[in-house]
Amino acid sequence: MDDVAAWFLALYKTTGIKLTIFYDGYDRNRFLEGLVTTVKLSAYCLVGSLVLGALVAMLQGARTAAVRRTASAYVELFRNTPPLVQLYFFYFALGPLLPKVDGAPLLGSFGWAVVSLTLLETAFAAEIYRAGIEAVPKEMVEAAASLGFSRMQVYRQVVFPLALRASLPAMTNNLVNLVKTTTLAYAIAVPELVYMSAQIWSEQVNVPEMMIVLLVCYVAMVGAINQLMQWLEARLRVPGFGQ
Amino acid sequence: MSAGRPSFAAPPREGNGLLSAQTGAALAAIFVASVAVAQIQAPLAKPSVLELLAKWTPLLATGFVFNLLISFFAMAVGTVAGLLLGFARISLLRPVSGVSWVVVQFFRNSPWLVLLFFVMYLLPFQFRVGDMTIPFPDWIKATLGLALPIMANVAEIVRGAVQSIPTAQWDAARSLAFSRRQTLWKIILPQCVKRMLPPWMNWYAILTMATTLASIVGVSEVMTITLRITNAEGRTDLLIPIYSYVLLWFFLYCYPISRWTRRLEARYA
Repeated sequence: MDDVAAWFLALYKTTGIKLTIFYDGYDRNRFLEGLVTTVKLSAYCLVGSLVLGALVAMLQGARTAAVRRTASAYVELFRNTPPLVQLYFFYFALGPLLPKVDGAPLLGSFGWAVVSLTLLETAFAAEIYRAGIEAVPKEMVEAAASLGFSRMQVYRQVVFPLALRASLPAMTNNLVNLVKTTTLAYAIAVPELVYMSAQIWSEQVNVPEMMIVLLVCYVAMVGAINQLMQWLEARLRVPGFGQ
Repeated sequence: MSAGRPSFAAPPREGNGLLSAQTGAALAAIFVASVAVAQIQAPLAKPSVLELLAKWTPLLATGFVFNLLISFFAMAVGTVAGLLLGFARISLLRPVSGVSWVVVQFFRNSPWLVLLFFVMYLLPFQFRVGDMTIPFPDWIKATLGLALPIMANVAEIVRGAVQSIPTAQWDAARSLAFSRRQTLWKIILPQCVKRMLPPWMNWYAILTMATTLASIVGVSEVMTITLRITNAEGRTDLLIPIYSYVLLWFFLYCYPISRWTRRLEARYA
């Protein structure tokens, strides 16, 4: 660790390439904190959107027209408006309406980012599940129903497991998009990776270096997600489907 | 489908008009929120929220037009660059397709905001050509920054479309003595245009929504103007109406595009 720090310090002294995050403890901690916040933000939104997305997809296939339409309206609304404006709407417009607990707002900028991005991703996840559900052969649903499965049982034990597998590739894309979208939280001062990097580059005046570190970080995260999802796809594969 | 049979696929979307039931419901949701707040708090406030919205509408409109302008330019630049990159991607020369693969992956997988920062900070604010100084304003830089991810995604669309054409057509063209270039231009690409159109339009809608990112890097588009208006008025009851108002504008612009895209997809599928 010390060798790495020494090497980057030497790099700065000889070439002027200033990567403070490798040898300055304060900057390194800030940067890592930002990375952790980004990962946390992504993870919360991912879990939230997977659960809510399944719910919304189910509502979109409900028997009552009003329920179906409301679910669809929600999906269309969030898919067809700018995510940044949604975030501002939640943070600046709805934020002040929340009651305060001990003088502090109930939800801080991180909390609102989670809410806003989860609702956005839920809309995308719902569409993906829906496509996955449509990919389940009708005959299979009929067969399950004829075996006496209830509507709920059919959904949980037949449709959902197959739909999940059919939607995995699209889910990978969506997850990548989610990680990229968390950068928006910068706009409401959530201390995530971009925000922390911006602080570092404005203090150390090393914009080009930090930019490259930032881009490499995101490309690496996306690469890791792709690998993980490929593994998951291979793991969950059911014989007899796909190629 | 007979009644009572369990089905989990959503029924076909009702109505194909622009103002379908869902759109209506979505719009109503925004309006109910903003009008309700306006109604509750209007009696106390001097100029009502609706009056304020009316007063600022022209300014917001200029901001929104600016967003659209950025989206047109970024789409044009991104499409042209993306087509070139897409051709490089399907090149038979290993180095060309390899390098273009790296470029595409890099720009597709980087967050838009970071690319925007990249372009904003690292490009000069003016160019010198001989004695002339050509200014390089913020909004042009933002346009270039937004064009980068579009470029990479258009390249992927090109590659995907070319790959979706059956190999048999390439073989048939070769047996008729078409060169690779002739096959590409006269046989493959004309069929690709149709397939490329829906995803291309989809990216245009995404880009239009992403133009609001330019506000973060200091371009005076609709979001910047909205923030300034809310600061100038200092009215908390204006916040929800004005943000939903801006959301509504984008919705009215992007939703028809997404509807149209879906129709084209269904027709060409």
